[in-house]
Amino acid sequence: MAEVVADTVGSIGPAEVAEVELYHATSWLTKYVFCQDAKVIAIQYSVTAMAIGLVALVLSWLMRLQLAFPGTFSLIQSENYYQFITMHGMIMVIYLLTALFLGGFGNYLIPLMLGARDMAFPYVNMLSYWVYLLAVLVLVASFFAPGGPTGAGWTLYPPQAILSGTPGHEWGIILMLASLILFIIGFTMGGLNYVVTVLQCRTRGMTLMRMPLTVWGIFTATVMALLAFPALFVGCVMMLLDRLLGTSFFMPSIVQLGQQLSYSGGSPILFQHLFWFFGHPEVYIVALPAFGIVSDLISTHARKNIFGYRMMVWAIVGIGALSFVVWAHHMYISGMDPYFGFFFATTTLIIAVPTAIKVYNWVLTLWRGNIHLTVPMLFALGFIVTFVNGGLTGLFLGNVVVDVPLSATLFVVAHFHMVMGVAPIFVVFGGIYHWYPKVTGRMLDETLGKIHFWVTFLGAYAIFFPMHYLGLLGVPRRYYELGATAFIPPSAASLNVFITVAALIVGAAQLVFLFNLIWSLSKGRAPGGNPWGATTLEWQTPQTPPGHGNWGKELPVVYRWAYDYSVPGTERDFVPQNQPASAPTA
Amino acid sequence: MPIAIALVLVAVGSVAFHLLNPWWLTPIASNWHYIDATIAITFWITGVVFTAVVLFMAYCVFRFRHREGTQAAYQPENKRLEWWLAIVTGVGVAAMLTPGLFVWSQFVTPPKGASEFEVVGQQWMWSFRLPGKSGRLGTTDTKYITPENPLGVNPNDPNGRDNVVIVGDDLHLPVGKPVRVWLRSVDVVHDFYVPEFRAKMDLMPGMVTRFWFTPTRTGTFEILCAGFCGIGHPQMRGNVVVETESDYQAWLQKQQTFAQLSASAK
Repeated sequence: MAEVVADTVGSIGPAEVAEVELYHATSWLTKYVFCQDAKVIAIQYSVTAMAIGLVALVLSWLMRLQLAFPGTFSLIQSENYYQFITMHGMIMVIYLLTALFLGGFGNYLIPLMLGARDMAFPYVNMLSYWVYLLAVLVLVASFFAPGGPTGAGWTLYPPQAILSGTPGHEWGIILMLASLILFIIGFTMGGLNYVVTVLQCRTRGMTLMRMPLTVWGIFTATVMALLAFPALFVGCVMMLLDRLLGTSFFMPSIVQLGQQLSYSGGSPILFQHLFWFFGHPEVYIVALPAFGIVSDLISTHARKNIFGYRMMVWAIVGIGALSFVVWAHHMYISGMDPYFGFFFATTTLIIAVPTAIKVYNWVLTLWRGNIHLTVPMLFALGFIVTFVNGGLTGLFLGNVVVDVPLSATLFVVAHFHMVMGVAPIFVVFGGIYHWYPKVTGRMLDETLGKIHFWVTFLGAYAIFFPMHYLGLLGVPRRYYELGATAFIPPSAASLNVFITVAALIVGAAQLVFLFNLIWSLSKGRAPGGNPWGATTLEWQTPQTPPGHGNWGKELPVVYRWAYDYSVPGTERDFVPQNQPASAPTA
Repeated sequence: MPIAIALVLVAVGSVAFHLLNPWWLTPIASNWHYIDATIAITFWITGVVFTAVVLFMAYCVFRFRHREGTQAAYQPENKRLEWWLAIVTGVGVAAMLTPGLFVWSQFVTPPKGASEFEVVGQQWMWSFRLPGKSGRLGTTDTKYITPENPLGVNPNDPNGRDNVVIVGDDLHLPVGKPVRVWLRSVDVVHDFYVPEFRAKMDLMPGMVTRFWFTPTRTGTFEILCAGFCGIGHPQMRGNVVVETESDYQAWLQKQQTFAQLSASAK
């Protein structure tokens, strides 16, 4: 291949590596089931994640019903309530958000956005999905195991997680730990793939600083996940040994209900350190892909380049690095050396600076834009509002002394739902509305999309904003019922009813979305290959949906960054990344 | 257009809700009013930022919405603006962190001469231990726990003989006296939580945790567990009675010591 000369970048060298022949499916089974095409794997990941996410959604309805109308439903006993909150939390954080952002969006977008034919290791990529599916099935199996799923809280703190005072201590906790171990194995296969693909499989001209922020977000999150998940992995293995073989990694000598147990010498706080060494980066493993995707949504639908691209990239990388030195802000009242508080409060609040820069740059991208209020744009706006809200309440909880009264109250629940529940899921929705026409060749219905947006946005805000004030009042989290508690006025119960009604309505709106996903598959408008007028490579494929191998005979060559929107002097308001600088704009 | 209105409503509505809603911190009953002050500062700073960002978004969405023939500006970067915003943010963060760390340094430094008591948690009840005339708490170990010695006080430690042991009853404290709290759990993680005191701390099995406070008004305050401890977590309750020194001494005289409890068990 000849050297391509482009005046904006100097020259683009010829390809150094010959093309690798992909494994082409020969049967229905290898094309749709045991498929090595990252795009099919992405859909498998997404469908599985959303299916298990629906289970978690229903669990949230059940727990909200209990909080609003305590004791009304005989199906929701105390042990069930704890099982519901535990499974809801774990499913949403790990099996839905992590799997959907990395396994779903990552698989679909990384090769396409970088101009690659597929992931670097398609076979391992396929295995990654099947191990993930196995992890989900093991998790689901715990619902049917004797004693039910674990009710230890999603943080699974020992000793209670494996002792008899906690629901699901018989089988539930074993299956939970086994499922997490499987998930991490599956993720590692996928994660190594994403990293190698980003580093090694970019097409000619796609320098790192020309990658769309979506790829930057997913890439950084994957690197973080590869470093953070091992801490959870060893934590799970050790707890499993404590539970099954009677070792005492996390178990000190314990007298439970008058009985001396045979454990001795272990350290429960060690598990908390391991858990949060994973758990805090996990927040950003979910948030960074959302940051990246939302940047691209805002830029595309405001027809304007993302403001401060380089600062955005460094903010992503900086947040990723800093997030490894803040974990103990989840443990301010755990009894660890209180002097740690000075360090972790400082690092935690420093992280606010790069995060704030990202917010400013999103808003400044809107400034003097040409804002198309499409459904993806609406969800992006909803993301900014909820993310700013949840990020700011993080400044309460990160500031060690303020955390002391607020920790373990509903303030924390409201905070993390706003910042890592609602905000990232808005990006998931925005991303699905945005890329659905590429994945399926059809548009999602806009009216249904707007209904979905309005109910979800206003409803979710109505759920979680007032909840902070219950936490300020002092209402603790993980209470099956408040009972008669002197400092909690009856009005708090009315607010709980209001929140539950809002939660049921928001939940119902997700069924509209589900219907839209299925209905539009056959009935949606077919808009062509690039309906939004986007610059990134996935919109420039020869076919829509893209075929196996993504591109035609030749891989695309990249001549510019991903954000040439509304460039002065060009005819159209976008210039695709693979359009040479010298070529006349069509 | 509706989205611009909605954004304005979210910003204004949130501020209105904050000002008008009836749910707020419980009236404080300890010396940690500095914590409440830090919360107030944080609310002011974050509230201003939230309102400003959302209103600015509303303006952008209204002013720069797509109309026929409009075109976006082309401005990849503005280093000056970006640095300014970063610096202003840094100042805002410092304005919250500095008082926070200042108060934390008090939190980790108990005053000299503070009295002390111990909280012991088990599924699902609170117990307490106070030093006796010798003024010292005896050593403990989970392995000493028996029905007669529910808190696991070391029977061979002379300092433990006169310790006052309170199982399944209210804790009393004198008002206005700083007190160090030692916390211990015999089974799982619990958390000693009295909302009016603001300070709370986990009881971490296998170790002894600590904090301090000064009760500042008399009354009966409910103890909740704020560390999820299994199925009975919400029912794990107790009371702290804060009273005048003379009432406290009268109560203390009536309590049994570890030695008395051991003797009566024999």
